[in-house]
Amino acid sequence: MVDAVRAYCLLARTWTRAAAQYPASLAMLTLSQLVITGMDAVVILIVFQHTSSYAGFSLPEVMFLYGTSGVSFAIANSTIGTVDQLGQHIRAGTFDAILLRPVPALVQVAADQFSPRRLGKLVQAVVVLWVALATLDVDWTASRIALVPVMIVSGVFIFGAIWVLGATYQFFAVEAAEAMNAATYGGNFVTQYPLSILSRDAIRALTWVIPLAFVNWLPALYILDQPDPLGLPTPVQFASPLVALVLCLIAALVWRAGVRRYRSTGS
Amino acid sequence: METVIELVDVAKTFTRRHRRPGSLRRTRTNVPAVNGLSFTVAAGEVVGYLGPNGAGKSTTVKMLTGILVPSSGRIRVAGLEPSRQRSTLARRVGAVFGQRTTLWWDLPLRDSFQLIRHLYRLDPARYACNLDQLVELLGLGELLDVPVRQLSLGQRMRGDLAAALLHDPAILYLDEPTIGLDVVSKSAIRQFLLDRNRTQGTTILLTTHDLGDVERLCDRVMVIDHGRLAFDGSLEALRALVPVPRLLVVDLAAAGPPMAGVEVIRVDGPRQWVTIPAGSSAAALTARLMAGYDVRDLSVEEPSIEDVVHRLYAGHAGAARTS
Repeated sequence: MVDAVRAYCLLARTWTRAAAQYPASLAMLTLSQLVITGMDAVVILIVFQHTSSYAGFSLPEVMFLYGTSGVSFAIANSTIGTVDQLGQHIRAGTFDAILLRPVPALVQVAADQFSPRRLGKLVQAVVVLWVALATLDVDWTASRIALVPVMIVSGVFIFGAIWVLGATYQFFAVEAAEAMNAATYGGNFVTQYPLSILSRDAIRALTWVIPLAFVNWLPALYILDQPDPLGLPTPVQFASPLVALVLCLIAALVWRAGVRRYRSTGS
Repeated sequence: METVIELVDVAKTFTRRHRRPGSLRRTRTNVPAVNGLSFTVAAGEVVGYLGPNGAGKSTTVKMLTGILVPSSGRIRVAGLEPSRQRSTLARRVGAVFGQRTTLWWDLPLRDSFQLIRHLYRLDPARYACNLDQLVELLGLGELLDVPVRQLSLGQRMRGDLAAALLHDPAILYLDEPTIGLDVVSKSAIRQFLLDRNRTQGTTILLTTHDLGDVERLCDRVMVIDHGRLAFDGSLEALRALVPVPRLLVVDLAAAGPPMAGVEVIRVDGPRQWVTIPAGSSAAALTARLMAGYDVRDLSVEEPSIEDVVHRLYAGHAGAARTS
């Protein structure tokens, strides 16, 4: 595990250096990321121009949901998001080379083409979360304070596991990248706002099928002291780390099965 | 001799799904790429692995590196099971896949080599020594700062070869190692591979279409056909088993009918191809032809490895005819 992290950092550093060879390009890309994601956040402010409450949530509360989901998503995206290029590696035959090296294939695929420009989204999300935390009207007990980093880290792993699961599908159907984007980018979008705007069946699906509700929604209900539309018992609101762990284990097993199913391409 | 590669009754079947035109139902067909393959390679051997395209050469090498999981049978490389212990095995093997690079496409060679150094955790002194040697031998000095995607095929092959050897692998798989290289580089690479084999006991398995590679490097030749081993022995034994005569290429003053008294196998205008019978010399045949015809030019054609291998397959199909 330590070796894997070391190898990841090494690859990421090499790619960052390669990207830094074109500093103007890197700066522009990072800036454009920041602007695009910044516009996205402005939408919330526009909505709250016309109403003081959105599905029972105040502006700081929605910003809290938006910020926690955004931070988790941005970290997962910049560290492991390139696994969605797996199909490319398979088609181009570069996955053969990846399998030849004494470093886990997942680490190599995830670190491939690493670019600091993806941190643009992280900056935006951190700013939103910062403002939310500063303006929230919440009784900050120890458990509420502790739950914030726990939910963010769990969120990173849940998004990461979903990314890997989606990518693994490309071992079986090379063109499946689009289907996966629905779960990851779509997952980020849906968790930015209170899930209570959705039907109860949709919330159930996001809790038990694709457990995106554990990214921020369920722990946030506890922190914000909001009622759960599904009426689930309180321990569920603390279950994010467990869900993240289980999901990561499933992703690891499926990935391993996928690598064994890999059939290479003719040469 | 210690066995480093062992295959016992190995098979690999690919399932191919395809849709018949006009039908939505998909049918599956099983295509065997390798079927009942067994062989062993001892430490320090240099083996030529030959066969026509699609015979299963690449599939075998990919199973030996752990990239592909065999459908059945047992594989051991350096005492490890490749598909289950791929990462551990990776430190002990190097591979160059002819047309495909194992380098990072967008990074300069220097960065690729640095990455390899760290990923394989190479001792810095050993790395520096190996790199210097490889850079000099393969003429990579001026290419080190060029991104891999900008290299020509020959340059990239040299880079790939260096990358595959930086970690001193005990086993080296080479798929067309000299393809696209000029005569000088070819010779340098062959010499380098031989040195590696002699000084470090590196076991080498190479697939090639270049007879020069086989003659210069290989003590042993394996021929694979339809996923099975069709021949295993020395190059001399292969030639003895399927004698392919040398040819005398004769350029006459004018086009004419095939020359009498010799076996003419092909005529193209004034140029005729004559087989040199086994056991007789080209000189004797030349003297006879010179006496009877107005010969302008002569050359001897050695049989290529393709001819030999091709004959071997033809021989299997029609053994009665050749004997």
